[in-house]
Amino acid sequence: MIAFADLLERLLFTPGRNAKIALLRRYFSTQPDPDRGYGLAAVTGELSFAAAKPGLIRDLAAARTDPVLFGWSYDYVGDLAETVALMWPGGGGATPPAMSEVVEALHAAPKSDLPGIVAAWLDASDASVRIALLKLITGGLRVGASARLAKIALSEMAEGRIAPDEIEEVWHGLTPPYAALFAWIEGRGDKPDPEDAPVFRPPMLAHPLEASDLAGLDVAAFRAEWKWDGIRVQLVATKGGRRIYSRGADDVSAAFPEILDAMKFEGVLDGELLVIRDGVVAPFADLQQRLNRKTPGAGMLKDFPAGVRLYDILFDGAEDLRPLPFDERRLRLEQWYARVHPARMDLSDLVAFDALTDLSTIREGARAAAIEGLMLKRADSPYVPGRPKGLWWKWKRDPLTIDAVVMYAQRGHGKRSSYYSDYTFGLWRDDGAGNEELVPVGKAYSGITDQELAFLDRWVRNHTTARFGPVREVEKSLVLEIAFDAAQLSTRHKSGVALRFPRIARLRTDKPAAEADRLDTLLRHVATTPAEAAQ
Amino acid sequence: MTPHPESWLCVRPEGLFCRPGAFYVDPLRPVERAVVTHAHSDHARPGHGAVLASPETLALMRARMGEDRAGESQQALGWGAAITIGEVRVWLQPAGHVLGSAQVAMEWRGSRAVVSGDYKRRPDPTCAAFVPIPCDVFVTEATFGLPVFCHPSDAHEIDRLLASLSLFPERTHVIGCYSIGKCQRLIALLRRAGWNAPIFLHGALAAPCREYERLGVPLGDLRPATVADGESLKGAVVLAPPSAITERWARRLADPVVSLASGWMRVRQRAKSRGVELPLVISDHADWQELNDTIDEVGAPEVWVTHGNEEALIHAVGQRGIVGRALRLVGYGEEQDDVATTDR
Repeated sequence: MIAFADLLERLLFTPGRNAKIALLRRYFSTQPDPDRGYGLAAVTGELSFAAAKPGLIRDLAAARTDPVLFGWSYDYVGDLAETVALMWPGGGGATPPAMSEVVEALHAAPKSDLPGIVAAWLDASDASVRIALLKLITGGLRVGASARLAKIALSEMAEGRIAPDEIEEVWHGLTPPYAALFAWIEGRGDKPDPEDAPVFRPPMLAHPLEASDLAGLDVAAFRAEWKWDGIRVQLVATKGGRRIYSRGADDVSAAFPEILDAMKFEGVLDGELLVIRDGVVAPFADLQQRLNRKTPGAGMLKDFPAGVRLYDILFDGAEDLRPLPFDERRLRLEQWYARVHPARMDLSDLVAFDALTDLSTIREGARAAAIEGLMLKRADSPYVPGRPKGLWWKWKRDPLTIDAVVMYAQRGHGKRSSYYSDYTFGLWRDDGAGNEELVPVGKAYSGITDQELAFLDRWVRNHTTARFGPVREVEKSLVLEIAFDAAQLSTRHKSGVALRFPRIARLRTDKPAAEADRLDTLLRHVATTPAEAAQ
Repeated sequence: MTPHPESWLCVRPEGLFCRPGAFYVDPLRPVERAVVTHAHSDHARPGHGAVLASPETLALMRARMGEDRAGESQQALGWGAAITIGEVRVWLQPAGHVLGSAQVAMEWRGSRAVVSGDYKRRPDPTCAAFVPIPCDVFVTEATFGLPVFCHPSDAHEIDRLLASLSLFPERTHVIGCYSIGKCQRLIALLRRAGWNAPIFLHGALAAPCREYERLGVPLGDLRPATVADGESLKGAVVLAPPSAITERWARRLADPVVSLASGWMRVRQRAKSRGVELPLVISDHADWQELNDTIDEVGAPEVWVTHGNEEALIHAVGQRGIVGRALRLVGYGEEQDDVATTDR
């Protein structure tokens, strides 16, 4: 448990991605089975214990500490597990339990025995191990490293023999403590066979199409689809079960029970998860409501009904269609859809076009709420995991722009932690009493060069008018040209409007703040056209 | 019958006032007569008339604020030597906080009060160890007055620093620390652990280090960090004030491991929100257990708390039958707040 506690602590404080991978790799390389397997499960979020819950920890704290002091300490620290770990009396000296001992006991021990077992562990451990133990129990690890990083670390451990995507393909067929996986990684065993398990297949990704790519593009060799503004999902249904995976291999099945319910087939499909009402796609903000809930209530399911717009088929039954060219897969997808006709799913139509000029017009016309632009897919492209060059392109419509005034600035993270690199910007409106006021409409931190960042950082420091913790309010005198993909009505923002993907296009030091745009201008950009109309 | 200390020690806007001696202890505003426990800026303020303190505190005050602002007249008092001010017998004993830090013991008509100033109980190679003085009223700090604060041993924390230095031999380790006390203690602890390489200093730390050496605390090879080239800083230890480590000043360093040496680093989100990669729990204050043990050791039936988390400490001593009282002296602990807030 000491090594795992140390790993957790280091991951929390280490900002760099490569340093995190190095820490994970060192942990997996130096720890024995099955400890490291349970450590891997903890990092990837695959561990949960039915009987051990935060209430258990509260009860233990109540038995061992003064309730008044506990209350003040909890107020100060702000985290239950950490508070109990830090103020647990005594501790250390003895040998803390091994990771495997902890995980196995938490799974197997009768609920009534747990308080005694956990208290004995805490007595034997120092504060760092106590935090790790209690975080394991409460399920609030927040390790600061994604499951993907753990797989990259495992791939590095295999010295390049096994790609992270290969691990991804077997991952969801495996269970802790992953002895077969480590044997494979270390060259002591074969690649584990997931058999009928509903495993994730690394998706094929598209390159953004830049103006410079356009000239060399043989458009006749491509098919076009709308690029939907939802989240990409992979629907997997096998004899072994049903899963909905995000693009990053997270299992989001529980959040979309109505989709899971509709997966009465065997196969693997690729599509866009959207909120769809009466065949009309709702803005991304509506989908966001669903994404915020791990398990939606009945009201959520009714008000924000989810659907999947399918655009590819990877497996029909057990048949792997990925080697087939796009055109053939498309045909198979249409045949499959006609045959199965699953509820809550439809097909993303192919967009007909004759020439490049035609496509450009279509793309520019794509201003519907849920369409970001076009996808161009080579008619002869097999389904290749990762981001192969030249096969799939995403061609977003040109962004909209507004000139906005910087209102607040906040420090960035990691390499940018010494810079004021996140800017809240606003637009003018009438304050109701005949005066002009600025109202914040969004926040942006990308799109600028290092030189521009240095300029903005210096500017913020020299024009600060107030401080609120890490946030500085600045003089309302600097104008930024903000690019964004879409504007959507939002009740959660003071201005009533939310921007999709705002980023800084240019610094407009030449422009007086009074000449920045007004909120009305932005509201005219709000996409109200139903998605269907664009087709 | 001996008078209760409340009848002769009171809180005024200027600070804690000893009426029969007509002097203040660590006054927060300029006064005629001041007894100063230690040289930190929140306790030793400029512009007093007569200042009484340990010789080391006076020297550090002069070095920090300049000869003319450290009191119009200065009187040095050695450990344990008693003098009489007005009707009050006054003597100093080490508080173990930083070099020269003192507890002020005061006795009037058989009633004894001790103002501890800031203090710690761990051995510190750069200053004399805390000496407990039995008394009727013990005036204590409570900077780390919550049971979540339990400082690990210095050796454990220095080992973590050395392990990080060997794990990242190419990266500069920049450690945030206060200019008086923590900085020199870290250097001394590193030297004891066998770190003989040059240690590089932010400009603000150079003068206090020189003063420590002049007062007999050897610190080894110290060099300015500001003129050192990036190459020589690879794998080096750089010390800087806490406010500088995530500031523009630190951008010159090679892929730095940002560290901060403070008791606050015990709480992970405190460290995380400061962008600290290697938090070192090294404190010049007593932790929760040490505050409580010290109070029991001096045996005072009554404890006054100057600053910090006073409610918790008063609650805890109350359960042992000791009367606790919060003095709520506003202005102490600002050096600690420098760690607590993001940007000063």
